[in-house]
Amino acid sequence: MTSLAFFLHNLKKNPLSIVGFIVIFCFIIIAIFAPLIAPTPARQFNPYMIPRTGYAPIPTPPSLAHIFGTTEGQYDIFYGVIWGTRTAFIIGLSVISSILIIGLTLGSISGYFGGLIDEIIMRITDIFMAFPTLILAMAVTIALGPSIKTIMIALITVSWPPYARLVRGDILSVREEDFVKASRGVGASHLRIIVRHILPNSIYPVLIMASLDIGAIVLSASALSFLGLGVPEGYADWGQMISFSRNWIVGTAGNPFAYWYTVAIPGIFIFFFVLGWNLLGDAFRDILDPRLSRR
Amino acid sequence: MEFRTYLVRRLLLLIPVLIGVTFLIFLLLHFFSPAQRAMLYVHSPQQMRNLDEIIAKYGLNAPIWKQYWTWLVQVFHGNLGWSQVVGMPVTSAIASFLPATLELAIFATPLIIFLGIFMGTKAAANKDRFVDHITRVGAIVGWSLPTFWLGLMLLMIFYGFFSGFLPPERLGNAMSAVVHSSSFIRYTGLNFLDGILNWRWDVTIDALRHLVLPVVTLTVVNTAFIMRLMRSSMLETLGKGYVLTARAKGLPESIVINKHARRNAMIPILTISGYLFASIVNGVVITESIFNYKGLGWWAWEAAVNIDIPSLLAFALFSAILFVVTNLVVDLLYVRLDPRVRLGASEQ
Repeated sequence: MTSLAFFLHNLKKNPLSIVGFIVIFCFIIIAIFAPLIAPTPARQFNPYMIPRTGYAPIPTPPSLAHIFGTTEGQYDIFYGVIWGTRTAFIIGLSVISSILIIGLTLGSISGYFGGLIDEIIMRITDIFMAFPTLILAMAVTIALGPSIKTIMIALITVSWPPYARLVRGDILSVREEDFVKASRGVGASHLRIIVRHILPNSIYPVLIMASLDIGAIVLSASALSFLGLGVPEGYADWGQMISFSRNWIVGTAGNPFAYWYTVAIPGIFIFFFVLGWNLLGDAFRDILDPRLSRR
Repeated sequence: MEFRTYLVRRLLLLIPVLIGVTFLIFLLLHFFSPAQRAMLYVHSPQQMRNLDEIIAKYGLNAPIWKQYWTWLVQVFHGNLGWSQVVGMPVTSAIASFLPATLELAIFATPLIIFLGIFMGTKAAANKDRFVDHITRVGAIVGWSLPTFWLGLMLLMIFYGFFSGFLPPERLGNAMSAVVHSSSFIRYTGLNFLDGILNWRWDVTIDALRHLVLPVVTLTVVNTAFIMRLMRSSMLETLGKGYVLTARAKGLPESIVINKHARRNAMIPILTISGYLFASIVNGVVITESIFNYKGLGWWAWEAAVNIDIPSLLAFALFSAILFVVTNLVVDLLYVRLDPRVRLGASEQ
C-alpha cells in the first residue's frame, strides 16, 4: 500500500505522465467499446475488416454517414480508426509480452548458468542484433506472407535480443549475492532460485524498457503496414489506412488540402497512441529507477 | 590487454556473427519454393527460361547445408542474383543506388548529431526552465511521430500547398535530362556534388531542393532521440565533482558547460552511434519510399512489395555488414577516446 501511495505521489509530481495516463485510458475505452462506437454491419463476418461502400478511387470528405470520410476504395475512416485501436493494442501487448517471456527465459538461463550456454545464447543475440530492425522485419514478413500474425512474429524476431541481454546482465549482478548463495545452500532448485529469488530482484529495468518500447513497437508495426508488408488489404490498421492516402497528398486545383482527412486522421491516432505510451514509459522510468528519480 | 590484441580479438569475433547473419538470411529464404529461389543464381533474364536447369545445377532441392555453401560461394564471387524490380544484377543495383542514399545521409547525419547535441546541452544547462520544457516536449513529440506520416504531411504542405516548391524524387525532369546527357560527367553519383564539379549550379540547386524534405523527415525523429540522451547525460555530468570545481574556481558558465561538461557528456552519444546508424537505415527505407527518392531504401521497399527476394536479401546482408562494421569502429573509437575504458578484464 505504501508503495502504491509512493507511486501515485510521484506520478502527481509529473504532469506529463498524467497526460500519458489519460491518453492511454481513452484508447482503452475506445478499444473496449469499439463494437458500440462503430457497430459492425450485420452482413459482415470479420469485425476487423473495414466496411466499404463501393470501389470508387476518389476519397469522399466527412459527411453524416461517414463522419471522418472515406479513403480511396471507399473504406470508412471512422470505423477503421476505432477498430484500428484494438489492432494496435493487440499487436503492442502481445508482442511485448512474448518478448518479455523470451527475453526473461533466455536471459535467465544465460546469466545464471554462464559458460558455454551463455556464450551460445549471446552469440545468437549478436546475430539478430546485427540487422537494422526494420530490414529484418521486412525480410520476415516477406518470407511468411501478409497477416497480422506475421507482423507480430516479425516484430518479436527483431526485438527480443536486447531484453535477453539486459536480463542476463542483471542476473549476473545478483547471482553472487548472499541471499542467492543462501537459498542454494538450503538446496533450492535452479528454477526456484531464478523465479523466486533472482528475477524479482532484477525485473524492474526490464519492465521499464518494456513500457518504453510499446510505443516503438506499435510504430514499427504501422510502418510495416504502411509499406504494404503487414496486414491484408482492408484490415483495420492505422498504418495501412495512411498508405491508402498516398495518392491523395496533393489536393485538387484551388484546394490543396482537399483530401487532408485521409492522411491526418489515422496519423493523429497513431501519434497520440505512441505519445501516450512514451509518456507513460518515461513516468515509469522516473518512478521505478531510483538512480534517476533522485536527481 | 594491448590495443592490437583487442582489435584482433574483435575481428575474430566478427566471423561467427557474419556466418550467423548469412545463415539467418538463408533460413528465411527457405520459406520460398525452389523456383523462386532460383532467381538468386540468375544474372540475366535469358537464363530464366531454363529454371529447371538452374534448380538442378545449384541443387535447390538438396539439403540446406549444401545449399548454404553453394550460395555462400556465389556471394563471395560477387554474384548476389538478379534484381527483378530494376532489371539488373543485384550488385550493379547496389552500386547505382548507393550514391542517392549517401547523398541523403551526408546531409542528415551531421544535422542529427549537431542539433541533438546542441539542443540537449541547452536543455540540461537550463534545467526546469522554459528552454528545457520546450526541448523535452519537442523531443517526446518528435520521438512519437511516425516517420511516414511526418513525410506525407510535409509533402502535403510544401509540395501541395506551396505548389511544387519542395518536390519528391531526386531531380526535376529538366535537370534529370541534363544529368543523363553525355556532356555531364558523373564523377561521384552525388547530384549536388556532380553539379558543382560540372559547373552546373542549376543541377546542384535542383538536387538540394529535392533533398530538403527527405532530410527533414529523417532528421526529426533521430534528433529527438539524440537530444533526450544528450540531456540526461549532460545532467549527470553537471553533477560531477570536477564541474563543481570548475564552477568554484570562478570559470564562466559557458566554459564550464562547453569545455568541461559537454566533452564528457558526449561519450554516451558515441556509444549509441551504432544504434543511430541502424535507425537511419530504417528511416531511409521509409523516407525514400515516401518521397519516391530512388536510393537503396526505395529499392529495398520496391523489392519487398514485389517479392523480389534476391534484392531484399542482398540489402539485408549489405546493411547488416555495414552495421556490424560500424559497431566495431564505434567500439574502437570509444577505447581510443576514453582512457578510462579498460580493454577486457585480463588487464588487471
